[in-house]
Amino acid sequence: MGTLVEEIFARRVGHSVEPGEIVLLDVDAIMSHDNTTPLAIKAFREIGKPLRDPDKVVIHFDHAYPAPNLLAAENQQKITRFVREQGIRHFYRRGVCHQVMIEEGFVRPGGILIGADSHTVTYGALGAFSTGLGSSEVGAAWVTGKTWFRVPQTILVRLEGQTQPGVYSKDVMIALAGQLGMDGATYRCLEFAGSYIDELPVHARIVFANMSVEVGAKCGLIAPDQRTVDYLQRETKAQPPFEVFQAINPRYERVIEMDVSTLEPQVACHPDVDHVKPLREVAGLEIDQVYIGTCTNARYEDLEIAAGILRGRQVAPYTRTLVTPASQTIYEKALANGLIQVFLDAGCTVNAPGCGACIGRHGGVLAPGERAFTTMNRNFIGRMGSPDAEIYLGSPATAAATALAGKIADPRPYV
Amino acid sequence: MGKAWKFEDNLNTDEIIPARFNITIDERELASKVFCEVRPDFAPGVQPGDVVVASWNFGCGSSREHAPIAIRGSQVRCVIAASYARIFFRNAINIGLPILECPQAAAEINEGDEVEVNLTSGEIFDRTTGRSFQAKPLPEFVLKIAEAGGLVRFLKEHSLEELVE
Ligand code: SF4
Repeated sequence: MGTLVEEIFARRVGHSVEPGEIVLLDVDAIMSHDNTTPLAIKAFREIGKPLRDPDKVVIHFDHAYPAPNLLAAENQQKITRFVREQGIRHFYRRGVCHQVMIEEGFVRPGGILIGADSHTVTYGALGAFSTGLGSSEVGAAWVTGKTWFRVPQTILVRLEGQTQPGVYSKDVMIALAGQLGMDGATYRCLEFAGSYIDELPVHARIVFANMSVEVGAKCGLIAPDQRTVDYLQRETKAQPPFEVFQAINPRYERVIEMDVSTLEPQVACHPDVDHVKPLREVAGLEIDQVYIGTCTNARYEDLEIAAGILRGRQVAPYTRTLVTPASQTIYEKALANGLIQVFLDAGCTVNAPGCGACIGRHGGVLAPGERAFTTMNRNFIGRMGSPDAEIYLGSPATAAATALAGKIADPRPYV
Repeated sequence: MGKAWKFEDNLNTDEIIPARFNITIDERELASKVFCEVRPDFAPGVQPGDVVVASWNFGCGSSREHAPIAIRGSQVRCVIAASYARIFFRNAINIGLPILECPQAAAEINEGDEVEVNLTSGEIFDRTTGRSFQAKPLPEFVLKIAEAGGLVRFLKEHSLEELVE
């Protein structure tokens, strides 16, 4: 009974739960990556108790991988030693942690996952409760196998209608972020529903869950349905049976409704994700670097959309265009189906799967005064390098059109 | 008693400590870079016992614990904010950085004011203006972690189950 998050928690604890209540939950997986694992190891060592279940621990190298400098290399060496010492089997160097978590089958409807990364919320698109925590809590969960949560209130986001060609789930989510504001859902669960979500392929639903933290949410959930089950079977190693469930007599704190059918492409402008404008208001702004990548929008379908626009054309001469597939699996598929060749022919630089340019440490760092257009989820000042650089966010289609023009451009003429 | 350092709304973790400095987990080194882009005068000028006074949604963004650790490393007495982003709140409690939630104090304390704080009672006194404020009490189970000095210390002696008893 209750909203989706209440339903997931109730299944786990064996009785119904109410917002505000504190619950202690067994977790299915505890995720961390090269950036957050060193502090988790420190906390773990300080607690001084054994690892409860090494098979629940999942560690990824993705944030600065392959190591771009000595410090990163030493960190990764430390982590690798720890992984070997503790007998941790789930150790990946195959791309962005969140995409790999889904592909490798850790995410299932009704699951409960935590991770030392704010975008751990991503798995909510498949009906799992997942959220980001700090490294100490990850270190603690290695010892206890559990974590505590306060049952959050839920805001229902009902999205109706179908988007026009050239408008994607990223545009819808950016519009929502503009409406909700950066703390519009703090401590809340966002539940996405409506005819638009029902018809939306799972890869595109992931954008909503992924960016729910951008408005402060604890999680962003979508009820698992037949599409979810098909996706899990087709695209991941997750083992059936998969549960399909919905909110039952839910009580929402509030309901937000949006008709997506008239929406134009949107851009989140420097320097905040809620600084949102319709693309036409910023079209023509010169761009030094286009980045198609990250856990938000570098899935195969995103690359396909971008390649569709770039095929047979050339990116603008002064605009560096970087493509970083979210995972090795996606990279392989893109290679097999000729997408990588399309990017290379168009003059793009294709980087190794991972977070790439997203955190300003390698793979496309911005210089002072530069402006980037990216498919990322956040545009904080200094995120991609210089604090004097600007970051604009939009869909993969807008990114590709922008790469061709060298300035922010509308993708609709190409689709 | 210490001096107030004021910050704006929606101050994110990259503004607390830019991602490029998170390569280290050394507290002093992190503290030397804390707020370096939004307040370059903070790290060189902060004195033990000073307070960080911020507005709404303090610490939004990344889950990195480097952010509260960098603040703790600067030896401030506490952070006072109108509200906190969810992960930052948890992280601060877990690593033992004292934080108080008080929209009124966040709005009315001025940059440079001399501020006294009673962390146990949540009373805040602005000596410069003579005004006093009362911060929201922490939920009981959160207090248990805070009183132990953070999650790691709590777990050395206790089990997680004791939190929800
Ligand atoms: S791609 Fe960017 S947002 Fe996603 S996990 Fe990596 S650093 Fe974080």
